[in-house]
Amino acid sequence: MSDHPTEEERDRAACSRHWQRSLRLIAVLLSIWFTASFGCGILLRETLDQFTLPGTGFPLGFWFAQQGAIVIFVGLIGVYVLLASRIDAELDAERESIHGPGGSR
Amino acid sequence: MTVQSWTYLLVGATFALYIYIALRSRAGSTNEFYVAGGGVPPLANGMATAADWMSAASFLSMAGIISFTGYDGSVYLLGWTGGYVLLALLLAPYLRRFGKFTVPDFIGDRYYSRTARLVAVIAALFVSFTYVAGQMRGVGVVFSRFLEVPVNTGVIIGMAIVFLYAVLGGMKGITYTQVAQYCVLITAFLVPAIFLSIVSTGDVIPQLGFGGDAVGTGTSLLAKLDGLHAELGFDAYTSGSKSTLDVFCITMALMVGTAGLPHVIVRFYTVPRVRDARVSAFWALLFIAILYTAAPAVAAFSRTNLIESVEGAPYRAAAAREGETPLPEWFKNWEDTDLIAWVDKNADGRVQYRPGPAFEALPGQAKVMPIFTQAPGDPLGRGEHGERLLQNSPTANENELYVDRDIMVLAAPEIAALPNWVIALVAAGGLAAALSTAAGLLLVVSSAVSHDLLKRGFARNLSERGELIAARSAAAVAVVVAGILGIHPPGFVAQVVAFAFGLAASSFFPAIVLGIFWKRTNRAGAVLGMIAGLGFTISYIVYFKFLGGTKDQLWFGISPEGIGALGVLVNTAVTVGVTLLTPAPPAEVTELVESIRAPRRDTGAPAS
Repeated sequence: MSDHPTEEERDRAACSRHWQRSLRLIAVLLSIWFTASFGCGILLRETLDQFTLPGTGFPLGFWFAQQGAIVIFVGLIGVYVLLASRIDAELDAERESIHGPGGSR
Repeated sequence: MTVQSWTYLLVGATFALYIYIALRSRAGSTNEFYVAGGGVPPLANGMATAADWMSAASFLSMAGIISFTGYDGSVYLLGWTGGYVLLALLLAPYLRRFGKFTVPDFIGDRYYSRTARLVAVIAALFVSFTYVAGQMRGVGVVFSRFLEVPVNTGVIIGMAIVFLYAVLGGMKGITYTQVAQYCVLITAFLVPAIFLSIVSTGDVIPQLGFGGDAVGTGTSLLAKLDGLHAELGFDAYTSGSKSTLDVFCITMALMVGTAGLPHVIVRFYTVPRVRDARVSAFWALLFIAILYTAAPAVAAFSRTNLIESVEGAPYRAAAAREGETPLPEWFKNWEDTDLIAWVDKNADGRVQYRPGPAFEALPGQAKVMPIFTQAPGDPLGRGEHGERLLQNSPTANENELYVDRDIMVLAAPEIAALPNWVIALVAAGGLAAALSTAAGLLLVVSSAVSHDLLKRGFARNLSERGELIAARSAAAVAVVVAGILGIHPPGFVAQVVAFAFGLAASSFFPAIVLGIFWKRTNRAGAVLGMIAGLGFTISYIVYFKFLGGTKDQLWFGISPEGIGALGVLVNTAVTVGVTLLTPAPPAEVTELVESIRAPRRDTGAPAS
């Protein structure tokens, strides 16, 4: 429990920056999520089907819908795990500078 | 060894394993019963989530549906995997930081209201029961085929097994059983898939064979399949026949529904820390993706095999002319289990496979299913060539063949002429898939009743022991109700499941996401939003599925499976609108939202 309102305020500001960073990360990853599945796999499927995934027999749009998007989804969560941890670590570091060592969780 | 003895052996061995694990990890407290004490390692949780997730529909029906609908089947592939991205990014870490046990817990606290909790409980029960009916049916289908008992007896055997370990073990027992079940089901799916891939394309990895060249030709398998489809008058395999908007809506409803399913969300309460919730979402989707990328490959291989082995083939081996291959043996085996039927419309003794239903539904049948005149062993029920005779009257089109979708996976090992133990393995895998999902759902039902309705609702002074007894009794009742729904199912296994998604999408997802990402969301908004979303989605589904709504009445051609996508919008719009017209939530709720957005300094991550 902190009795210093300034520390409290600085902590709140750090939390709010942490939240903004999280929102940005989520927005970027979700736009890739949408593009891979709804974009390439559904809305643009007919256009993309004119091409073949190089080295295979997959029409490109069909590939996105039945294989590509799924692989991309797994990758997205993987990237999220790494970057979200980094964002959390940044908050921890900021808190350490606000409250001194051990003052963080 | 015969298929049947192998099946008894493998199914018996896997059941013994599950029960052994369940007995070893009995739940001693409500915390263990609801969320396995919050101590499951992320890798194990990922595997358990994958098994919980992949149902009889994923295992048995999905490849079959893709096989018969080609590109249109992508809605299931995208929908049932893409939802995990939403889950991992928008829900899992925040709900884990919130702690507690159930989804209604979150809704009740966030919206400071027993009404909101009650609406959430009802929605959870509704969704889980819709979903579990499909699982029980799946158990019945596997039992009836492989252990040669009637479907309904199979449902009852399945009920007994699930009863045993869901009631005893709670979430703790279920989680570790599901780890074993994942291993069984993924092996059972991949072994035939690998063999089929080798037979069809010469490639060991099905995911690569899917895009490879058909064996002995210079053309790709998919081009060959599109060619076969064109020859027989089907829509091209790689482009399907649904409208883009319908595909879009169904995919959206399935994705959002996945992220809103209570039995999936609750898995992220079982890990020790917030970071573990993210990591287990990653493992879960990876384990799911292994099956979900193999399934469309199996679909394409089986489709090619089916067309090549039945089209133009004479039913009776003796009638085969020089150079002709008669119908394979598996065709007749599956005809005997009512899953394949053939009407010789042009009286040439050869199967002619074309688009359209081969025969009409009998009066009172909801969909076209073959009803044979006699049991398979009765010679009176056999036609000129030895085929089973139907009560259904033939349609005017040229198609003579009926194939149930589920058999594309069930029959895959026979179609690829694999050894008997592989067939038995598929049976064990199908059962693992159905049982693991059913158990997870029943747990949600029991915790909804004992924790949300009783302990946090109408019987607040219930003791820990009393709550545990209530949880076990609720699980027991739920198993029986699920069994009854399984015996009288409303449609195809996968279709029944598809409705649960629309309902989950239109009730929970907006309430939870708005609750985390928009502090202003208040009680009135969330409650009315959930009711509006759920009401809208249910009305549309009931109207078109049960009250005889016709195809040209569909809104913008959106099928009932996809209406959940609009339900989400209805829910969100009502929630936002009502919230803005009513007072802001109290300060402690705003505090609660802030505490789940970032780890709090003074207490660390709460409840961990």
